[in-house]
Amino acid sequence: MADLTTEFLGIKSPNPFWLASAPPTDKEYNVRRAFEAGWGGVVWKTLGAEGPPVVNVNGPRYGVIHGADRRVLGLNNIELITDRSLEINLEEITRVKKDYPDRAVIVSIMVPCEEQAWKDILPKVEATGADGIELNFGCPHGMSERGMGAAVGQVPEYIEMVTRWCKQYYSKPVIVKLTPNITDVRLPAAAAKRGGADAVSLINTINSIVSVNLDSMSPEPSIDGKGTHGGYCGPAVKPIAMSMVSEIARAPDTAGLPISGIGGVTTWRDAAEFITLGCGNVQVCTAAMTYGFKVVQEMISGLSQWMDEKGHTSIQDFMGAAIPNTTDWQYLNLNYVAKAEINQDDCISCGRCYAACEDTSHQAIAMSSDRTFTVIDAECVACNLCVEVCPVENCITMVEQKPGTVDARTGKTVVDDYANWTTHPNNPGAVAAE
Amino acid sequence: MNSQMTPGVTARRLNDDSLRENFGDLHAPLQPHEAAVASDRCYFCHDAPCVTACPTDIDIPLFIRQISTGTPEAAATTIFDMNILGGMCARVCPTEELCEQACVREVAEGKPVEIGRLQRHATDTLMAKGVHPFERADATGKTVAVVGAGPAGLSCAHRLAMLGHNVALYDARPKAGGLNEYGIAAYKSTNDFAAKEVDWLLAIGGITLKNGKALGDALSLDDLARDFDAVFLSVGLGGVNALGIDGGENDSVIDAVEFIELLRQTDDLATLPVGRNVVVIGGGMTAVDAAVQSKLLGAQNVTIAYRRGREAMSASRYEQDLAASHGVQLLFNVQPKAVLNDGASTQIELEYTAVTNGKLAGTGETLSLNADQVFSAIGQTLTTDGGLVLEGGKIAVSERGRTNRSKVWAGGDCASGGNDLTVTAVAEGRDAAMDIHATLMGGVE
Repeated sequence: MADLTTEFLGIKSPNPFWLASAPPTDKEYNVRRAFEAGWGGVVWKTLGAEGPPVVNVNGPRYGVIHGADRRVLGLNNIELITDRSLEINLEEITRVKKDYPDRAVIVSIMVPCEEQAWKDILPKVEATGADGIELNFGCPHGMSERGMGAAVGQVPEYIEMVTRWCKQYYSKPVIVKLTPNITDVRLPAAAAKRGGADAVSLINTINSIVSVNLDSMSPEPSIDGKGTHGGYCGPAVKPIAMSMVSEIARAPDTAGLPISGIGGVTTWRDAAEFITLGCGNVQVCTAAMTYGFKVVQEMISGLSQWMDEKGHTSIQDFMGAAIPNTTDWQYLNLNYVAKAEINQDDCISCGRCYAACEDTSHQAIAMSSDRTFTVIDAECVACNLCVEVCPVENCITMVEQKPGTVDARTGKTVVDDYANWTTHPNNPGAVAAE
Repeated sequence: MNSQMTPGVTARRLNDDSLRENFGDLHAPLQPHEAAVASDRCYFCHDAPCVTACPTDIDIPLFIRQISTGTPEAAATTIFDMNILGGMCARVCPTEELCEQACVREVAEGKPVEIGRLQRHATDTLMAKGVHPFERADATGKTVAVVGAGPAGLSCAHRLAMLGHNVALYDARPKAGGLNEYGIAAYKSTNDFAAKEVDWLLAIGGITLKNGKALGDALSLDDLARDFDAVFLSVGLGGVNALGIDGGENDSVIDAVEFIELLRQTDDLATLPVGRNVVVIGGGMTAVDAAVQSKLLGAQNVTIAYRRGREAMSASRYEQDLAASHGVQLLFNVQPKAVLNDGASTQIELEYTAVTNGKLAGTGETLSLNADQVFSAIGQTLTTDGGLVLEGGKIAVSERGRTNRSKVWAGGDCASGGNDLTVTAVAEGRDAAMDIHATLMGGVE
């Protein structure tokens, strides 16, 4: 059986599944339950500075985008950092780490952008015996209005500055958690690296309003008739998170910087995908909040089975394996030609491919009076829309046209050579092929 | 208190609780969340096969999508737009042979979208609000007589009223609704749904209902054709085929249609007598409805005896299974030969049949079953033709419902073509109304 043991920044955990800093990791009670269920590590819910803790709203904190059978597709929250006292949290962290030495315990921190504030808290966190810290530069709601969270994460100079303080006053690994509420995630990642961060973790939640109550005209979740944007997470954000992870993994400035992947990880497969894009582990929240801690058992067994099937003995074997294949549009091979092909034995004649292609694409599917649907090669641009809207998996496939065959749409013979936009004659800035 | 074992024909074989349970809704209505989940299974097919399969051409993908987005009322309007009796059709349509058979998910996985139940969810929701979603067009000054207030007549009358015509709706019975009111199994139309649906339908206005008026009796076609701008005949099939066998006139031989009517109209099911041993002759929906309801009333042994094989039964496989699941025995390839009464008990003698050279004939081999009651369900016949040209024993009509006589249209079970389904009658009534409208308005839109 595959070995799921992960070493991230020298921190060992029995598997790459960590719980993200969030409601599930707010208390000793929850974290003990998580470890008993099998989670490899936790990032403890964000601690604030000493003194009166923050307060939360006393109305609903969450809003959800549901699928038809109440499946949670996207979750939004307006909860703040821990609303329990720093002392209690530190005591609990100390106890838990002592009892679970084989699990990763990371402490998330968010204090004001003043050196003294960090200087004050870091020794206390260090004293807990936790394995590292994560700097919460990501929360987009509430705390950002007070100059913390995403308000820091959106200014690379602040990230660099605070990270440097942390490296100065704390001896163990420092992970910088990034906000996605920014135009180019490579800049804060590079700033973190300059500040000496050992790793980045991303993404934090995305600014969001999940719904508007059409009777009260209030965004939801609604507190006494008013709503505010929250942070969006869950399966819906995974594509955004993976894209941002890949940007950091590919950028020359940040390539090789360890990444902890966060954003909609719900199954073992999601985790495997994040890891192939360069993540050393993943952090999970929404899946646990939807299904409870037991869900990690499927993640462990699934990843393990897949690794065995692929012959991977450790996470390292496939970590970053998809990065070389993640490129810019301009480098895609324009000589590659595919055509849709409909397997008539599998087709159930719903006609969705036809409606989609006829109404919104290239009129490349013909429909007969007996509801047989066939691809018109002379029109098909291989856009893949029919494949994606077909309710039967693998009924429609994209078939590569072999070199030597003629593309019925362009009349050109398919060639084996690679050629991209940078050298294309239609590109005004094309570099002449030598 | 009697029991299922009590010999002969008697009432009160079951207690009130059992009867209430037995005659409750066959399918519980979908709750809103169930409807949301069921509607999510619809693929919103292009030129959907289910619509093609629906005799009334309801835009099924659209109404299901409207349910899925939380607007079952809009869904109901989509349904009623094509089928004003969409509420009843949701209950009685053999969907397993129509829309749901054509559903691509039936083809793909043997589990169609639950179109019938979703339709009921939508129509029930709107009707429960007491909303009638249509308004009448400006008055045309034209008058139309509709004779027979069953599905075809109601559908025709509603469409005509909507288009601005004034309609006199006649029916021979004390209540409107036709077979919806008198002829279908009680567990398909619970809580007096048929009567409520008629009231709801008539809320369009412009329809004057006149009960107790039968064609050939109180009404003559000549008078109607003279007094109205158009006449639509939807009188159904009032006659019942006789068994035509020895002992067929015995008291224990009863028309299944009459039995079903009795069940539908009674105030107290416990007072209805039913035999310990019941044999139903026939292979259609009426046979199944009579057999299943006999069982539900407390008959101990109920047999449907059909002269051909299972595949030839006009009752759908679903209905056959429904009967079997209620403990009704299905006996194929037997025909009735004689009803025997020795004074103490009644028996029916059945003869096995076989098809030789394409012709069905008795083999000579017989069997006998105890039969305190024999329900005859071997088809109904037209009783009044108004002197019109017939075809196959029914009033001959064109595709648009025109008879051989000008100003006279016909539809539903009394007219040629069709398949004796409620939904088909609704379509014929609606289409005839559109043709009557076009004719009366002389091409003026």
